[in-house]
Amino acid sequence: MKPVRVALAQIAPRLGDPKANLERHAAAVKTARAEKADVVVFPELAMTGYLLRDQVPDVAMTESSRTFRSLLALSRTIDVVTGLVLEGPGHAFFNAAIYASQGRLVHVHRKVYLPTYGMFDEGRDFAPGEVLRAFDAPFGRAGILICEDAWHPTCAWLAVQDGAATLFVLSSGPTRGTRPGRGITSLPVWHDLLRVTAQFQTAFVVYVNRVGYEDGLNFGGGSMAIDPFGRTIASLPALDEGLAVAELSPEVLRRARTVYPLLRDENVDLVHRELERVRQRRFDLPGPEAD
Amino acid sequence: MSRRLRVVPAAPAPEPDLALDPKATARILEGFIRSEVERTGRRGVVLGLSGGIDSALSACLAARALGPERVYAVAMPYRTSHAGSRRDAEALGRKLRIGVEVVEITPIVDGFVAAAGASSPGRLGNVMARARMIVLYDRSEERAALVLGTSNKTELLLGYGTLHGDMASALNPLGDLYKTQVRDLAKAVAVPRSIRLKPPSADLWPDQTDEGDLGFSYDEVDRVLALLVDARMAPGSIVARGFSRRLVERVARLVVRSQFKRRLPLIAKVSTRSIGWDFRYPRDWKS
Repeated sequence: MKPVRVALAQIAPRLGDPKANLERHAAAVKTARAEKADVVVFPELAMTGYLLRDQVPDVAMTESSRTFRSLLALSRTIDVVTGLVLEGPGHAFFNAAIYASQGRLVHVHRKVYLPTYGMFDEGRDFAPGEVLRAFDAPFGRAGILICEDAWHPTCAWLAVQDGAATLFVLSSGPTRGTRPGRGITSLPVWHDLLRVTAQFQTAFVVYVNRVGYEDGLNFGGGSMAIDPFGRTIASLPALDEGLAVAELSPEVLRRARTVYPLLRDENVDLVHRELERVRQRRFDLPGPEAD
Repeated sequence: MSRRLRVVPAAPAPEPDLALDPKATARILEGFIRSEVERTGRRGVVLGLSGGIDSALSACLAARALGPERVYAVAMPYRTSHAGSRRDAEALGRKLRIGVEVVEITPIVDGFVAAAGASSPGRLGNVMARARMIVLYDRSEERAALVLGTSNKTELLLGYGTLHGDMASALNPLGDLYKTQVRDLAKAVAVPRSIRLKPPSADLWPDQTDEGDLGFSYDEVDRVLALLVDARMAPGSIVARGFSRRLVERVARLVVRSQFKRRLPLIAKVSTRSIGWDFRYPRDWKS
């Protein structure tokens, strides 16, 4: 891993309007460049807004869409991580995120866990991603998770086993009330979860959550970057738009992985064996002796 | 000698939790009002000011969100309305520096009664609520403003409101706050004591109070609703926690019976794409 300056762009996208959001991306790219950032990270579905419902096919892009190519063009001067709707083969629509660099697409992550409960209905509008991979960014190996993916510890674990030392977590997290002395309740829950993820995976976590309102939902912001010791190295306040820059240091990563050699000691083979056994039990599959 | 371990009791089950952070809640609601006015391209909001706590708090949040010059309040007394209601509304208008127009609804309501009749107090109350709705929607057209509703979560869940009357609005910032939470928030944003401390009343006839109409206090019913709705507890479990069975069953029944008031009219599906079924767009569509 090389030292890298990452800008967290906490924006309020315009619902159902990729063109307007492309302009908002361009403006944030300009600010991030002025702050000498190497990478700028946007929230989940930053190109489209969140509460899309039947607008999903209208705002979906493919790699040959004009808006998609304009988005890639933004990455000529700074690497861009952002969320959008991608249309795949068979006209399946994905809640996706891309890493773009030097005007080219480096990696696509399709959200694996689509919350479809309570106030969420993503499973109705999107197809789930079936792949979770780390990728080589110019500064080092990284992984992307989208919102609910981060609530399944296996996602962060897999990306880190696959070599990621930086996890980008893009989110459109609505708030759900306040409590005396604690402010907005959803934010400390997120922050605890992200801190635990950073510490347990000994990885940098860069969390970018959107702000703004859609119908009555309001999105909490509170974006932050956390180092592998669990320390906050950049943060943005709740509810307002803003940009913060975090410096991710390979030296800190090396020390954390030396002091807490969790990655070194991880027994992937044991996990694999036990998972296979659990899988056979859960789905009543024939065991190896049946062959 | 045997050593006995000290036994630490388990933490008690969480109480109905109605406490909120007033500052953070007010900030969310002010942002909500501002965002909706801006994205709809309207100039401001219009709301009815009754002299009660819900409309006072709504006006206060709107004035903080938009600036007082973009909040148009209307006091709409009927001849039986308490004289203090109008005084409180006008005093609040001066305090918030928002304009308060007074529109007497007596001729509208009495004209309706003369032409069409309204024999029971309940029906007359509905006519008054709908007369006020007509005035507000007319003024919203005149001012290019959104109608700001003032219903709270307790009223909405119990169905204690008039459909197409006080329940009609474009946005309803207090709709997810129970009455007791409205009181906490009103105190924090400095709604005057005279408004906060008077007994809640629809003011449709002399000496009417909400708690008299409903037959229970807001303190009680809000705690039951917080368990029933927010904590998703079964009525039996709520009774087991010490609430009266009569109260819990009555509240549960009122919530079910008033469901029709919280939904758009039903549409029978006779086409391939029907409003409410598979024509699904957010209200903030393309904004």
